[in-house]
Amino acid sequence: MSSIEVIENLCVGCGLCVKACLYDAIEMVDGVAVIKDNCTLCGACVEPCKFDAIILRKSHRETVSLDDFKGVWVVAEQRAGEIHGVSFELLGRGRELADTRGAPLAAVLLGSNLGDAGRQLIAHGADVVYVVDDPALEHYRDEPYANAVAALIDKYKPEIVLTGGTSVGRSLIPRVAIQVRTGLTADCTALDIDDQEGLLLQTRPAFGGNIMATIICPNHRPQMATVRHKVMTALEPDPAREGEVIEEKLAAELFETSTEFVEFVKDETSTVNIAEADIIVSGGRGLGGPENFGLLEGLANALGGAVGASRAAVDAGWIPYSHQVGQTGKTVQPNLYFACGISGAVQHRVGMLSSRIIVAINKDPDAPIFKVATYGIVGDVFEVLPTLTKKLAAEFS
Amino acid sequence: MNVVVLIKQVPDTTDVRIDRETNTLIREGVPSIINPFDMYAIEEALRVREGAGEGTVTVMSMGPPQVDVALREAIALGVDRAVLLSDRAFAGSDTWSTSYTLAAGIRKLEDYDLILCGKQAIDGDTGQVGPGVAQFLGVPQVTYARKLTIDDGSSATVERMLEDGYDVVKVPLPSVVTVVKDINEPRLPSLKGKMKAKKAEITVWGSDDLDVDQEELGLDGSPTRVVRVFAPEARPGGTIFEGEVEDTVESLVRELVPILKGDI
Repeated sequence: MSSIEVIENLCVGCGLCVKACLYDAIEMVDGVAVIKDNCTLCGACVEPCKFDAIILRKSHRETVSLDDFKGVWVVAEQRAGEIHGVSFELLGRGRELADTRGAPLAAVLLGSNLGDAGRQLIAHGADVVYVVDDPALEHYRDEPYANAVAALIDKYKPEIVLTGGTSVGRSLIPRVAIQVRTGLTADCTALDIDDQEGLLLQTRPAFGGNIMATIICPNHRPQMATVRHKVMTALEPDPAREGEVIEEKLAAELFETSTEFVEFVKDETSTVNIAEADIIVSGGRGLGGPENFGLLEGLANALGGAVGASRAAVDAGWIPYSHQVGQTGKTVQPNLYFACGISGAVQHRVGMLSSRIIVAINKDPDAPIFKVATYGIVGDVFEVLPTLTKKLAAEFS
Repeated sequence: MNVVVLIKQVPDTTDVRIDRETNTLIREGVPSIINPFDMYAIEEALRVREGAGEGTVTVMSMGPPQVDVALREAIALGVDRAVLLSDRAFAGSDTWSTSYTLAAGIRKLEDYDLILCGKQAIDGDTGQVGPGVAQFLGVPQVTYARKLTIDDGSSATVERMLEDGYDVVKVPLPSVVTVVKDINEPRLPSLKGKMKAKKAEITVWGSDDLDVDQEELGLDGSPTRVVRVFAPEARPGGTIFEGEVEDTVESLVRELVPILKGDI
């Protein structure tokens, strides 16, 4: 069993480890660090200790022969034959990772009546596309999709498997990781190859984006990660790019499920959804009521953006939950985010902090939203928004 | 209808900060709470039990002894029974080992029709344990549920929230359903519930109580490892315009136009 230990004669009682602990699991007793029962063995205290007084021993066993696993895979996502943009973005980053590892880049595409959709994945950088085209895969259902991906991983043994951090991707791929008995890191914002051992360094935010953590999967394969939409950059598609599309026939039992797809209902309250949008115009309590959300729509429409909202506006019933940005809503990272009449409580900020440009409009100059804003206007949203919409619309008409 | 709710005790993450000078965590006075999404799962479980007119709601959590507080909070809300999976051997579990251990705990309960949990925990934000438990139990799942209807005791119709709408999915029971905030409005604990919570006995199971392979538990059983923890890049200070509306908007437009044109 793994263990953690404080070497008492090296510990000077400086308390750095107490501060470094993510779980409040270290205390000072008579000038020496003592690790309490709620320690999770995360190891966050080991590096901050300047006296090498904390040792984490991990017992590990080789479970698979790591050398058998080669190549980088992207599990592509499609609905009604249309491939999700995140799949192309993953191929963009996947191409670089594959080249660094001197290995091929492959995509996996599951569905029904896919036609030549696989060709698009080649145009975006894949060397090989494994296609499973079966009527049982017409609509996304967790079990058949997970079983199919796991079966292909068992057959071809890729070293790295990337999946889009969409609702579907985040449902599908954890089941696959359990089946193939390997690690999975969610919502990575950076993926790199470590120079020494060739491991995939998976960096992601945790604790609501207040902390970044780099995670590895040293003794299991494949190394699996999800990445959200618009984090990586797709390659310019090249229709002339050469690659191979391989039709895979899998055993029918893999597709058995008692889950029944009934229907898909499109959200009619928005033409552009916030998870995909390049520009988001969000409103909060400062808008005063649902009737004023038209001001946000005016600006969003002028710029081709989507309308978002703070929790306060959603809880007040001014706009549906699917528009909520923040800790209990969606995490977004558009190019441009407008926060209008939003004070910027930390619960909201963690959902939009990764936006490239943040514009805050608020009448309170001390509102916390201004601390994260790239640009801000101290003023009344009811005056600022119409003026801003008019001026921007004039620029882009 | 017997419902199991998986909950996690988390630090109120909104208060957790990294000290940029020492690169260490500032967490003085950060309270522990039940993961907010799990509160909706607890509420939904209570509603399912009330709708069926019979059955029990069991909350289960894996963690250190301190999680007792969170479990009692769930009992105060009306949950019938609480089980804590707690053992040094579970420490250091990533989502793989956590799913494995929780699934073993659920199997030991034997009689369950539905397993509910929040869509993700606010400290790790992975959303992987719900699907992981479903896979280990070999049952279907529906993630991001915004509406749950028990059809006739043997199946449920669930609306799964997607980026641009929702799927309606029908699953047999037992299944795992992970919920979003939209699904309900959680109740507050009653005085009677609080009294009950004080006296309640919390069942504690260690690794010896579960049918598990010791090598699959905790840090040893976890494929992933954290190698580095650091502060995110600070956002540079912004430009704030104050004054007459016409002027401030004009200044902002001058900044935004090149960005919108894709020049910057």
